[in-house]
Amino acid sequence: MLLIPGIIGSAAPQVGDFESIATVTVGAGGSSEINFTSIPSTYQHLQIRILSRDNRAATVNSVFYRLNADTGSNYAYHILAGDGSNASAAAATSTAFTYGMLQTSASTTSNIFTVGIIDILDYANTNKNTTVRTLQGYDANGSGGIRFNSGLWMNTAAVNAVRLYPDGAASFVQYTHAALYGIKG
Amino acid sequence: MPKTYEPIATTTLGSAAATVTFSTIPGTYTDLVLIGNFSLNVNNSSLFVRLNSDTGSNYSYTRLSGNGTTATSGRDSNQTQARITADATAQNSGTRQMFVLQFMNYSNANTNKTFLSRYSSVGGTEVFVDLWRNTSAITSIDVKGFDATAIIESGSTFTLYGIKAA
Repeated sequence: MLLIPGIIGSAAPQVGDFESIATVTVGAGGSSEINFTSIPSTYQHLQIRILSRDNRAATVNSVFYRLNADTGSNYAYHILAGDGSNASAAAATSTAFTYGMLQTSASTTSNIFTVGIIDILDYANTNKNTTVRTLQGYDANGSGGIRFNSGLWMNTAAVNAVRLYPDGAASFVQYTHAALYGIKG
Repeated sequence: MPKTYEPIATTTLGSAAATVTFSTIPGTYTDLVLIGNFSLNVNNSSLFVRLNSDTGSNYSYTRLSGNGTTATSGRDSNQTQARITADATAQNSGTRQMFVLQFMNYSNANTNKTFLSRYSSVGGTEVFVDLWRNTSAITSIDVKGFDATAIIESGSTFTLYGIKAA
């Protein structure tokens, strides 16, 4: 590590427990979904960190996610978005999924991927519905989008599975990478 | 399970500096997180990063900003450095500001590098998604002001963390 003149090195700070639970790396064949299953309930919070792109014949596509394989209309979400020109907001209720990400697709310049961080807070608590937040975005040198999303799953069960999937029967492409972490309380 | 969120390096400026450099970043992590708490010597200026010392016009960003009155969005393309703070919010010299910068899969050699910055100051809050059009693994990060007139003040702190997936 190079420290430039005028900078004083100091001891590294302490950090809390942040543990890797599972990682998915999409291979050359692509994948229609990313699944994290059998998630242990031994953490306080979960975080998914993702780099992704899909093969839909469009510039961008949506990624949705479901919890515990629930396909009922038990989700809702809010979106705060910026597209490089305007800020906007949107919401939906009683949906069969919650909104995950706006993701680069086949018509985006090659090798440009979307990044996102999905936090599932207090996921193992069985006394609360589950609320999820996402920060995600992409930039393609002249186009792009960035979003804050909040999602609600109207169910008090502990979250033990997360499924992410692109809209339009698209598939995540090679080099998509998603990692699930657990954060101790 | 092992801990996977580790500090790589921390610097505190003992005197004002034009640039803070993290170099020789190991490729052994999955993601990088850079946290900065800083002030600048000029009003309404910003911090930028350059990766691997690339000074070409290979950077761009899209942002979402709130200043307490309005929410706005904007972008810049074909830049020689990537903006990570204060595009649509105002602050005076000496004002403490902070950012959290997230680099996903920074060491893969197949994708251009996209990264997120969350920024806050007394003037508001902003989030940036930045692109570096280069597929190289990130091995160094320069944090700097817009130009030679924007200096990072003494007492500013920057910490680089690595996150390692299983």
